[in-house]
Formats: sequence, C-alpha cells, structure tokens
Amino acid sequence: MAKLVTASRFANPDAAYVALVEARRNLSDADAAALDTKLVLILANHIGDLDVLSEAIALASEPAGSPR
Amino acid sequence: MHKSVYRYDYRRSRDQETRSPVHHAAVIVGAGPVGLAAAIDLAQRGVSVVLLDDSDRIGEGSRGICWSKRTLEILDRLGVGERLVARGVTWKLGKVFCGDDLLFAFDLLPEEGHKMPAFINLQQFYLEKALIDRASEIAHIDLRWKNRLAGLERRNDGVRLTIETPDGPYRLDADWLIAADGARSTVRGLLGLGFSGVTFEDKFLIADVRMAADFPTERRFWFAPKFHAGQSALMHRQPDNVWRVDLQLGPDADPIAEQEPERVRARLAKVLAPHEFELEWVSVYTFNCRRLDRFVHGRVVFIGDAAHQVSPFGARGANSGIQDAENLAWKLAAVLEGEGGEALIGSYDTERMQAADENIGHSTRSTDFMSPHSPAERRLRDAVLALAPKAEFARRMVNSGRLSVPAVYDSPLSTPDETPFAGTARLGAPLPDAPVQRPDGTPGHLLENLRDGFELIWVKGGADDSDRWQRVPDGIRRTVIGEDLFDRVGILAQRLDATPGAAYLVRPDQHLCARWRRFDAGKVAAAHLRALGR
Repeated sequence: MAKLVTASRFANPDAAYVALVEARRNLSDADAAALDTKLVLILANHIGDLDVLSEAIALASEPAGSPR
Repeated sequence: MHKSVYRYDYRRSRDQETRSPVHHAAVIVGAGPVGLAAAIDLAQRGVSVVLLDDSDRIGEGSRGICWSKRTLEILDRLGVGERLVARGVTWKLGKVFCGDDLLFAFDLLPEEGHKMPAFINLQQFYLEKALIDRASEIAHIDLRWKNRLAGLERRNDGVRLTIETPDGPYRLDADWLIAADGARSTVRGLLGLGFSGVTFEDKFLIADVRMAADFPTERRFWFAPKFHAGQSALMHRQPDNVWRVDLQLGPDADPIAEQEPERVRARLAKVLAPHEFELEWVSVYTFNCRRLDRFVHGRVVFIGDAAHQVSPFGARGANSGIQDAENLAWKLAAVLEGEGGEALIGSYDTERMQAADENIGHSTRSTDFMSPHSPAERRLRDAVLALAPKAEFARRMVNSGRLSVPAVYDSPLSTPDETPFAGTARLGAPLPDAPVQRPDGTPGHLLENLRDGFELIWVKGGADDSDRWQRVPDGIRRTVIGEDLFDRVGILAQRLDATPGAAYLVRPDQHLCARWRRFDAGKVAAAHLRALGR
C-alpha cells in the first residue's frame, strides 16, 4: 500500500471542494448519485493504474473511525 | 440577564441653533467600531469629523469578539492597540473535531517577531469603549449621540442631511458622508440601494455564558458532536470568564422559541456539563453573504456592514470593516487637503471590493461546507469528514471557517516591481511586521515606528547612496534601516528581502505600494503621485 497519494495536491482545496458541491447543486439524489458514479469512472480511467485504484477502493471501504 | 452597558449623554450642538445648515467636510453615520475607527483615523490626519449615532449606549451583548492581527495593527496606530491586547484573550490555535475526535489543529501565526498576535477575543463593547475614550481625547471629533439620520439629499459636491434629535430636527451639509451604520444601514435605505448575494437559511444560536472553566484558549469547532447531534458547534474564550458558544440549529428552527432561556440552558448544559454557567447574552441569527454593487456613490461612501456582509465563521465582518475605515481615511484626508486626486476615492471602491469579494468567497465556501444544501451535498461533506482522519487531502477540505487575513490589493496605486523580491512582503499588502531596535537601544517593531503618512524605508549599506537622501520628495518621511531603526536579528531583511540600498514606499495605511533595489528620487516621486491617484 504505497502508490496512492493521500497528501493534498490541490493548490486551493476549498475551490476543488466547491467545484464538487456545485456539480450536484439542485440535482435530485438519484441524479447526484449518477453524477458521482460517472465521476468515479472518469477519474479511475484518468489514473489508469489498477494498484492505485485498488488502494483507493480499500481506503474508501474502511468503516469510519477505524484506525489506519 | 446581565448586560454590560455604557451610556452617553445627548448634548445639544451649536449646529442646531442656526437657520441655515452648518457645513462640515466629513460626517460619519454610525458610532460602532467601524465608524469610530474612521473618525479617529481621519481626525489623526487633521480632518474634523462629525460622528452621528442614533443610540445613546453601547454594550448590549458581546457581538463581535475576534479581532485579527491586521485590525490590531490598525488599532495600534489609532492609539488603542496595546490596551486592547492587554484586556483581551490572545489566541492563535484552532482545533477542529468530528464527533468527539480531533481531526486537526492549526496555528494562525506560526512565526515570531510580530508586535500583534494572530487574534484576540474581546467583547465588542470593550473595543467600542476604548475607541470612544480615544475619540474623546481628540478635539477634531464631534460625537453626537441620539442624532438619528432621517433625510439625505444628494448634491453635486456633497450632501444635505436631516437629523432627528430629542430637541427636534436640524440640518447639516457635508462634502462627504461616510455610511458606517451597519447591516440595516439607514443611508442605504435612504438612497434606495440593494444588495447582491446570498441569504442562508440555516439558523444559529449564539450565546455568551459566564462560567469558571479551564478549557484551553483556542478556537474549538465541532462537526456533529455528541452534545449537539448532527449539527456544528463553535466555542471561544472571552475575558471575564465569558465563553462564546455558537450552535447550528438548522433551517427549520423557530428563532423565538430557541431564545427562551430554559431551552437555551438545556442546550448549553449538554455542551458545558458538568460546569455551572450563567447566560450573559443570547441571540438567534441567520446570515448573508452579500454586498453593494459599488461602495462609492458620489459623495456617499459605504464602509463595514453597511457595504458588505458575511457569516461570522472566519471573523471577516468587523475586521474587514475596520480595514475599510483605514483604507478610506487616508484617501479622503488626501483628497480634502488637495494632495490626492478623486481617483483615490475610486481606488477605495476597487481595493475594498476585492477584499469584500475575497471575504464573501471564503465565507460562502465555509457555509457550503457547514450547511449542505441537499442530501447529495451532505453526503459529499460527510465523506470528506470520514476520510479526514485518514487522508491529508480530505483534512485540507474540511472548512470550519477560514480566518481573516488582509487582502492583497491588485491596485492602480501600486507601481509594479522592476526586479523580483523574495520574502513575505507583497505589493498591495500591509507591510509585514518585524522586530527592530531603536537608536537608544530599546526594542520595538517596524509597524509601530511608521507614522500616519507616506514612508520611505531605505536600507543603509548600498554603494554611494548616502547623499541621495537629500532628494526624497516632499510629503514622504524616510526611515533608514541602519540609522533610525536597526535590524539586529535579520527578520526584517528576510521578510522584506531587504538587500543593502533597497527602498520601499509605504502608503499611509502601511500597505507597500512600490519598491526598488536602489533609491531613485525620480522613481519615488512618480510612485508617490501614482499612489495619490494623480
């Protein structure tokens, strides 16, 4: 487990967060979920590395509060 | 409920005895922190000021409590900085929790060598009291309580005001009117001006309690704490064993019912248990992120909440208002004295709208994080919070308010750099403070040794510069590093990238407007004129 970068890479993290918020503003729950699913596919392909993708899946699958 | 109140007497003015309106150069409406700061700053620059306020007291509730480093530097120049820091609670650490777990801590002033701390907490009425005491020492300030602005007639070169008093109405003429009359500005209403921006629906309970507790002197913010399920909470220490608690209530809360003391006590008991506490002040508020389209309307200039409003998370309201006051004061004084062109007043609009937009942007983003607008936005926010303990990128997105720092003006008053400068000093920003030693050996700081006017800071030691000083243009005071002040520890040199012979032109509001590796009288004169809007 070492290829996934979890250090912040955005020069302005607030702006990146807001971009994600605004993408779903005024969307229904179903439409927002569909948006997120497409985003996952687009970004996974952009990364193009199965090891990184597997690490990201593992991190996202950890229950909240579990130690790391 | 206990309230700290200072009362001031209405006094009849001579202006009320005359038939035709008496004429003044500058009238300010609103004797809050922003109006008082503007009045003192103008008066220190030799401008006589009439300051009107519709009330006759201050101090109902703590209201604003967090005063930023830049505001304290301004207040220091206005003569009250040191006493406020002595009276206030100094802090610089913030902690952000999710549930009961610490997500991260931040240090707002990780470097040494500044006279003023990152922040103090101090009840607004103490700050107002200090400013009123200071204003009363200055003959140029005529502070009139129970003088309510009732009418405003715009003229080509000024305004005519109608003012209501306990003795009936009277009129005044003014070349310039400064509207510092707050979020519900009367001046704005009389001119029929509206705001552009967003009103947020979420309601917040704000409470000051008196309590003996040894909680740390930090800003503490919780997302979804057990003591206030599903919402956010903020706690701050103030002097006199007073603590500020701010609880998010959601959009559907009933603002009247939520202020009932029993209900407030029940909510706070969960937060503060097992401490006993007394309620000092309670309010329920919603907030806006919005501003006027322009702050300058002919001879009427808006400053502070009358011009723009933000959420309280980030301490960007009153702090930005005091920075408005400082930005306007020297410009208006220069225009009234005929030294500055009227373009200077236009530069107030340009510079302080940049600052307002920056503050509104931060405030809106913080609010978007704290108060998601929909289930889909809440899921995104909660995902960031869930990842935050595990991934640094997520911690950087957690937003409990980005605390006030001064804007860097992209300004027509600045002369672009000819050569690059390293260090932390930026064109269009307040000069960074640094420790210095005076010729008599006493220690001090750079900013407190600057005066109210333009200043040229020159670093001794460049080749054959010694006689060039005779040609520093009129209207600029010079400070020689190595003669008037000494940089014993090298921090000033580092922050200003001050190589021998370098010269820095500083505006009357301590903002850097030009700098050179070598002094050149012609270039300094040109930069000075440019900074005066000429």
